[in-house]
Amino acid sequence: MIIAEKKPIGEIIQEVKGYKRLLILGCNECVTVCEAGGRKEVGTLASALRIYFMKEGVEKQIDERTLERQCDHEYLEEIRDIADQYDAILSLACGVGVQFTAEKYHTTPLIPGVNTCFLGANEQRGVWTERCQACGSCILARTGGICPISRCAKRVMNGPCGGSSKGKCEINKELDCAWQLIIDRLRDLGRLDDYEIVAPIKEWSTERSGGPRKVVRADVQVSA
Amino acid sequence: MADKFEPQIIGFCCKYCAYAAADLAGSMRLSYPSCIKIVQVPCTGRIDVIHILKAIEEGADGVMVAGCLEGECHFLTGNLKAKKRVKYVRKILEDIGIEPERVVMFNLSSAMGPRFAEIATEMADTIKKIGPSRVRS
Amino acid sequence: MSLRTLDQVKASGELRTSSRLEKIFRMGHLAVTSECGPPRGSDPKAVTEKALLIKDHVDAINITDNQTSVTRMCSLASCIHLKQMGCEPVLQMVTRDRNRIALQSDILGAASFDINNMLCLTGDHQSFGDCKQGQNVHDLDSMQLIQTLRHMRDEGKFLGGDDIKRPPDLFVGAAANPFADPFEIRVPRLAKKVACGAEFIQTQCIYNLDKFEEWMRRVRERGLHEKVFIMAGMTPMKSAGMAKYMKNRVPGMDVPDEVIARLSGVAKDKQPQEGIDICVEAIQRLKEVEGVSGFHIMAIEWEEKVPEIVERAGLYPRPQV
Repeated sequence: MIIAEKKPIGEIIQEVKGYKRLLILGCNECVTVCEAGGRKEVGTLASALRIYFMKEGVEKQIDERTLERQCDHEYLEEIRDIADQYDAILSLACGVGVQFTAEKYHTTPLIPGVNTCFLGANEQRGVWTERCQACGSCILARTGGICPISRCAKRVMNGPCGGSSKGKCEINKELDCAWQLIIDRLRDLGRLDDYEIVAPIKEWSTERSGGPRKVVRADVQVSA
Repeated sequence: MADKFEPQIIGFCCKYCAYAAADLAGSMRLSYPSCIKIVQVPCTGRIDVIHILKAIEEGADGVMVAGCLEGECHFLTGNLKAKKRVKYVRKILEDIGIEPERVVMFNLSSAMGPRFAEIATEMADTIKKIGPSRVRS
Repeated sequence: MSLRTLDQVKASGELRTSSRLEKIFRMGHLAVTSECGPPRGSDPKAVTEKALLIKDHVDAINITDNQTSVTRMCSLASCIHLKQMGCEPVLQMVTRDRNRIALQSDILGAASFDINNMLCLTGDHQSFGDCKQGQNVHDLDSMQLIQTLRHMRDEGKFLGGDDIKRPPDLFVGAAANPFADPFEIRVPRLAKKVACGAEFIQTQCIYNLDKFEEWMRRVRERGLHEKVFIMAGMTPMKSAGMAKYMKNRVPGMDVPDEVIARLSGVAKDKQPQEGIDICVEAIQRLKEVEGVSGFHIMAIEWEEKVPEIVERAGLYPRPQV
């Protein structure tokens, strides 16, 4: 799941200052689950912004709407008839949603209300941690289901580095050393000998460095 | 002073402790400021960030959240959840330039009639000192 | 190991590079290396003056590569300065700061100046240094860098497959830390580096001699000491304070309480000498350990003490090669 975090309200205030009619647009998927940009967070932010601007004596119209997703055309169409009533849209969706909304409403300024952080899992209520870097060529079968690219600060493919200490990473004592986790898991799977298999040099072109990526499934495409 | 400022304070009180204490204060004929408008909730855990913000948005000068003593919540941890949410709201208020002291959480037991009167008075005094909310709804 | 002459080594056909360090290893001598940290500026004297202090007491001198992620003059340039004054450099290269193009490119640059030794490392995380906000690269890791260097040298090819004109003539080194966690894979990790092609190893500095000897026992059990030349890392303690700091604040460092106690037990002004004594005694003990092929003495900002350590440890004069 995409994990995002609310932007500091001070930053948002700076961005929306110049717009009189504002729509705060939430998303019912990932940002709802990570409690950053769902209906509830839209309500909280709207109320906080209204309080601020009223205190400042500035008149503003701040409306709230939450779509099922902002990364699908069909859901974004739902605001087609009201979009021109606003001077700007403050989107609490992840970076994908903000951009897709901007593409569909390209004459309406789009302001992001959250920082999109990473692909991760919900460890416990209120705590989300990174698990995947979307490298495009998954090696989890070889590393006991633990990813060294997203969970090792140096993304070493043949770790651990010399800084691993008591199972924790050299950059932060609270951060698990990914390679300690991999070794523990290989041991539990009875495959500790696999540790000595040298992981080959990574093909990074399927990752960000190869340029913006695209996935196509021709068999499900509608048009010819 | 020309106009005496009469604060409007919403007091969210949990049924099992705070509201009962307020009732007791009443039966004991203890006076406490009438500017506290009491709203009964089953547990302070029922109160979310939005309820407090809405009160401020609608013009409340202060919001008081009163629940059971810690460790004695009728629903076990409702008051602890409320504590976190009150802290969160205070941070939001600080970030938007509103005095965080306008929102306060208190803990007391149902037997503490005098304490209820005390916290109500304390709350009213705090708000009178800070002054009216600059948020006009 | 019995000693051989240089001619005997040359005749054996075992030499793979022009490295002086390799020759000394294969002749059967205990090799001695040390290291210099480049300056945080562009004055080469900062390197050459330190090198002058130690050059007659060591076989080769390592130059660190933006160690602890603190930006310094690059290892390659410093190695060139060393080469130009007649010293044998060991280029240290971390994978943190360069992608595979730059790594291969710098290797060729080093080889063009006939620098014959390279230590392949990962590098400390940039958050430790002066550019915490920067990216890290790690296009390859240290194991893959070892493989790359061997490939460039022995196959004469770039990673991309094209031929290299005048392939690099570099003796391939790697680091090992017998004291890092988890201990159980420390020897498998060494085996992995050897499998990737490492030809010599320099370990993290050793204070826990018992633990190091246990690591060496396991190394010998797998016959790794016959496949790679292992140099024991040594750093003299300047004070009890330094010992405590290294024990508590430096990951992968094992400093036994006895060492701290010994340093604390003498007056502050006598502690540096005590630290040197501890270092010399450790070298004398480890000289007897089968599989130890040399010593890597790291006395950063204390290079002037290296000659005393080498001499008292009975490792002076260095063989003329």
